[in-house]
Amino acid sequence: MAQDKPCALISEVGGEGFIQEAVDIMKQHFQIITHQEFLQNPSLSSKIQVVFLWDNKPQIEPSLISSLPALKLIANGGVGIDHLDIAHLKSLGIRVSNTPHVVSNATADMAMGLLLASARRIVEGHLICVDPNTTKFPRTQMGFEVTGSTLGIIGMGHIGFKIAQRGRGFDMKILYHNRNRRSYEDEQAVGAVYFKNKEELLREADFVVLAVNLTPETTGLIGHKELSLMKPTATLVNISRGRVVDQDALVEALQNRTIRAAALDVTYPEPLPRDHPLLHLPNVIITPHSGTDTAATIVKMVQTMVDNGVAAVQGQQIPNEVQP
Amino acid sequence: MAADKPWALISEVGENGYREDLAMMIKEHFQIVPFSDFLQNPDFYGPKIQVLFIWKFCPEVTPSLLALLPSLRVVSSSGTGTDHLDIPYIHSLGVKMTNTLHVVSDATADFAMGLLLASARKICDGQEVAKSPNIVIVPHTLLGTEVTGSTLGIIGMGEIGYKIAQRSKGFDMKILYHNRNRRSAEDEAAVGATYCENLDDLLKMSDFVMLSLRFSPESVGLIGHRELSLMKRTAILINVSRGLVVDQEALVQALQSGAIQAAALDVTYPEPLPRDHPLLHLPNALITPHMGTYSVNTAKKILQKMLDNSLAAIKGLPIPDEVKPQGDA
Repeated sequence: MAQDKPCALISEVGGEGFIQEAVDIMKQHFQIITHQEFLQNPSLSSKIQVVFLWDNKPQIEPSLISSLPALKLIANGGVGIDHLDIAHLKSLGIRVSNTPHVVSNATADMAMGLLLASARRIVEGHLICVDPNTTKFPRTQMGFEVTGSTLGIIGMGHIGFKIAQRGRGFDMKILYHNRNRRSYEDEQAVGAVYFKNKEELLREADFVVLAVNLTPETTGLIGHKELSLMKPTATLVNISRGRVVDQDALVEALQNRTIRAAALDVTYPEPLPRDHPLLHLPNVIITPHSGTDTAATIVKMVQTMVDNGVAAVQGQQIPNEVQP
Repeated sequence: MAADKPWALISEVGENGYREDLAMMIKEHFQIVPFSDFLQNPDFYGPKIQVLFIWKFCPEVTPSLLALLPSLRVVSSSGTGTDHLDIPYIHSLGVKMTNTLHVVSDATADFAMGLLLASARKICDGQEVAKSPNIVIVPHTLLGTEVTGSTLGIIGMGEIGYKIAQRSKGFDMKILYHNRNRRSAEDEAAVGATYCENLDDLLKMSDFVMLSLRFSPESVGLIGHRELSLMKRTAILINVSRGLVVDQEALVQALQSGAIQAAALDVTYPEPLPRDHPLLHLPNALITPHMGTYSVNTAKKILQKMLDNSLAAIKGLPIPDEVKPQGDA
């Protein structure tokens, strides 16, 4: 019966929360309580053992944590967990899990989609086509050839490697920079050349794709210096986190044509204030952090979250626990 | 000396025609006459012109224009398509015709993949939301379609279609194809493509249907009501061939009714569409202004071919990319 199932807290169904399909999966193992229901019914507080966190909601604030004495696990939807103070939560006896690997295909697809849309000016082209004032095609939207160009991947983890696989299909020359060098077999599989020095990579790449985690070390990884090393014909693609890039430096670089263009699925903050220059530059594509937004991937993410939640409730090892 | 160079009629130099660097390439071999200059004095320029360069379908090749060019030896057109040329008529005047094979394939295949991804992952809609003056909650209607591991049905597996297959392999897509002639076993194995002799089978099984066939009279209306109804309701149609391959009215209906999920079209009929055309106002139609070959690198390669072809024609040498009427040896 539903009452026998452990309780889990979510933000909401629909809106900024979960699609119905996701909630149905969760309900197989959990009684689902929305934040609204929780606020109206404080007696539920001692029952909630898991929070299923989506798009950083419900906000993990001290007031929420202190009202959830039975909380064992915060299961995050997504692989990035820079928004959570994992060490502090662990000290309170609360573990954190994420959803690695299941997000990689959709995110790598999005990175390539942004790369191609920017290089070949697809969004601009569409806007011309549907413009009420277009009577003739201007035939001026010359783009940058992707086939045979040089792809520089910064962050060659699970997602970065999949981006390399996709780039190879376009005969792109693959360069990569990573904390650790990958194996010879991995490099051979995608024809990737390791660059210990990211500055050298920045000088050579036609497309620089950021696929790193956000950590203190990667915050502001791409700033004035890095942008000035890039080719004036180069494109920056970011599917990591907004704060990996010094946004003010990026705005300047785009305005001065220090680089050709940028395509960003992530910014800081999200969303940007409406008067932010990045929203008004012609050579910028911005998408609303949609890297994992397909029904197929969301279902896999939620399945992973549920698996972790069930393990936490049963006192077993949590498959995707993130350690401090 | 400039006086020794043959004369060529072009559309124009500038953003809408040939960029400066491309115009320089032509001037190395030809004395160029921009179309607007020609129109002001056709009697003076006409008899001098041996080459007519067609760039992005301009200038338009009409019988009245040809009548003003008594010395014309060759019409040298950019791109692979030749449906904008009346081939039998031009041939009857003793004028050679050329297009530019092979050089556009990479750029077109790249663009086809770009359209597929932009449509599947709703990049244009996403940009609209991200840049909207009112901060809105990202609607769940913005959920995209997973590309990795999906089924791509390629109709027209010539050079461009095959390059599309090569690119989609990187996304672990399952590849089906339909072609006038089956490709070799080696070609199929190299990209993991399965031949569908029956087009209906391909339409029923594909998540993405890609039109990359060479245009011919037989391909007009290839995708109509029936074909669209065979497709999955979640399927996306991509067209980088020619607008006439698709029955546009049928497509509008299919997009409105949800018979298919979406369409991404680099080509329509006509181009551009009239401003009140339904396709321009459907949220699930992504349309681009026939720009599949528009990259700086490819533009240079195209132009070099046009120069090589036209110089060969003038010198009476074998022409690399000659276009002949059907049935001609």
